[in-house]
Amino acid sequence: MSLLIKGADLVGAGRQDVLIRNGVITEIGKIQDARAGSEQVDQTIDADGLIALPGLVDLHTHLREPGREDAETIASGSAAAAIGGFTAILAMANTSPVTDTAEAAERVLDLGRLAALVDVQPVGAVTKGLAGEELAELGLMARSRARVRVFSDDGRCVHDARVMRRALEYVKAFGGVVSQHAQDPQLADHNACCHEGELSGRLGLPGWPGIAEEVIVARDVMLARHTGSRVHIAHVSTAGSVEVIRWAKAQGIQVTSEVTPHHLMLTTDLLAGYDPTFKVNPPLRPSEDVEALRAALADGTIDAVATDHAPHARHDKEHAFVDAAPGMLGLETALSVVSDVMVGSGLLDWAGVAQVMSMRPARIAGLSGHGRPIAVGEPANLTLVDPSATVTVDRDLSMSLSRNNPWHGRQLTGAVHATLLRGLPTVLKGALA
Amino acid sequence: MKRHLLSMNDLDRQGILAILDTAETMHDVQRREVKKLPTLRGRTVVNLFFEDSTRTRSSFEIAGKWLSADVINISAKGSSTSKGESLRDTVRTVAAMGVDGLVIRHGASGAAHQVAQWVDAVVINAGDGLHEHPTQALLDAYSMRQRLGDLQGLHVAIVGDLTHSRVLRSNLICLKTLGAHVTVVAPPTLMPSGIETWARSDGFDTSYDLDAVLPGVDAVMMLRVQRERMSGGYFPTAREYTVGYGLTRERLRTLQKHTVICHPGPMNRGLEIAADAADAAQSLVLDQVSAGVAVRMSVLYHLFAGEGSVA
Repeated sequence: MSLLIKGADLVGAGRQDVLIRNGVITEIGKIQDARAGSEQVDQTIDADGLIALPGLVDLHTHLREPGREDAETIASGSAAAAIGGFTAILAMANTSPVTDTAEAAERVLDLGRLAALVDVQPVGAVTKGLAGEELAELGLMARSRARVRVFSDDGRCVHDARVMRRALEYVKAFGGVVSQHAQDPQLADHNACCHEGELSGRLGLPGWPGIAEEVIVARDVMLARHTGSRVHIAHVSTAGSVEVIRWAKAQGIQVTSEVTPHHLMLTTDLLAGYDPTFKVNPPLRPSEDVEALRAALADGTIDAVATDHAPHARHDKEHAFVDAAPGMLGLETALSVVSDVMVGSGLLDWAGVAQVMSMRPARIAGLSGHGRPIAVGEPANLTLVDPSATVTVDRDLSMSLSRNNPWHGRQLTGAVHATLLRGLPTVLKGALA
Repeated sequence: MKRHLLSMNDLDRQGILAILDTAETMHDVQRREVKKLPTLRGRTVVNLFFEDSTRTRSSFEIAGKWLSADVINISAKGSSTSKGESLRDTVRTVAAMGVDGLVIRHGASGAAHQVAQWVDAVVINAGDGLHEHPTQALLDAYSMRQRLGDLQGLHVAIVGDLTHSRVLRSNLICLKTLGAHVTVVAPPTLMPSGIETWARSDGFDTSYDLDAVLPGVDAVMMLRVQRERMSGGYFPTAREYTVGYGLTRERLRTLQKHTVICHPGPMNRGLEIAADAADAAQSLVLDQVSAGVAVRMSVLYHLFAGEGSVA
């Protein structure tokens, strides 16, 4: 199997042709069609005007299988991921049953392989059943075929400091990292659903203060320092958390972090109409926080963009706001949002996008075949982006089984044109290949 | 007038005054021996209550019946989410029976707003979580106006558990629209989030000092303080709350002669309001209950019958 990409803008290396054989990049440069033809190129992609990025990697998705296959399956989530330009995604552990054993992790891995659209890498639970009390079988998950390296109780915070300390210490044995959902349950309980401020006061919605995130981030960077271990902060949402992380990195503490596309663009005021489409955890924040998050992503304080793709069946969103399920779709729109918000504003160039959406997340997750430079000998996990395409998001065109799409009707600039997983196109011209 | 009554923001000054004026006519009807008006004959109004309520539900029920509507009470407490049914399905099921009006009480803020988007019936918010309770604000305004006349330029203190009060939120809008000046008083832990900027943009005052505020007001509205709040750490003891923020016998003496006392009920006598204050000649507590029926008749009239002769 061979494939020739003609005239893509390899970020930093100008317009080049890329020849791929058997899933590996074998040649970069001016490659004559004729010569390629004589060597029997099976497929050619005209990439005139397109930018080639290393395949995108998402540190944070919810695929709902097993347990809620009506909202998303590993196959449907994989399709949405491929459309979004991803070649690898990490599937969070808060399924039913929870991914807290080697067997459960291997099942997710296998279902991902069966769908064969992206590499689906399971995240293991930190604690049994996400209960926050006893450590799950972290070592067995790490030793399994799934080779789990990222552990998270996401959806819930590992709030017990002693449990968090032990988890951080324990994963050092196999180079693991704990991804923390930072939410002090005393300061923001399960009802908390609106950024605490004037709007939550006016709307009478239970407030979710930034401080509930910040105190956990502060605690956990100190625990990371004490244990000499790695901590990753999931979905950072406040300027205060950014300050703490910036300080911690300056101290040499091994902390990494991610921000979601929605926290980079959408703000609290969208809750004024009580539409549960905009209910997400942590909640949408005011524009001051959004500005701080963009700046932190641009200067490297925040390492990566991660979607927190959280599909929900329609009826789980059609409750009163406080009772509705939190979360929003993100896989298919992430690149367009980052393009619009970060590239459009000049805060990031495309090389920067490659860093925050592919290289750094791959490194954080320990995925050796992803997030690699586009170079001869490297696996051909690639995403071709049309930087000038304008898309109007239509939730009904989604590959996801769910429709909780906060971007519906929005116009975004920059779109995924094609996705290649180990040299095989999963997406061509914006549609599943 | 808008189609629904979801928030006091749905009414401008003229709309509020129209409702209060009609309520006076309705109040006269209420005092007649035969109280029925034919206005809503053939209309069906459902009181859909997801949360317990005695006075609001019965007040709406009587109001509907005196206007000759067919009134049905549905207590939906715990019936929906516990069975896994979505709020949308629950209300659409009720509405599908051919209902003209839905009077909805729900423990969650925003519920009435959401419901109004899902059904064709006219929706009246009878209290949504901590958000709003517009007919309470209207009956408060009605009662105060009966005693004090035009509320333009009057000073009203609203005191108590502001954080957890939908009565506060509707009253802030209503009193502002009618030109009254409001000072809200509570310990810092019972002030809603963002009250400082909110007060600045909406032009009301905040205070932690009840004694400083009371002598200058024309009306004082005491809000119910739930004893459960103590376990949430909002204040240490009932005794300490009363000393700081209760309308005690001593504080009653510091009010001006004309100052009226309101309370939306149910009252915690001895906690936020002393018996002497609740039963004082200045107290409007029972007037408020009586006004509740007249105001709700007026609201139903304006939403369903529109303009024209009332009685």
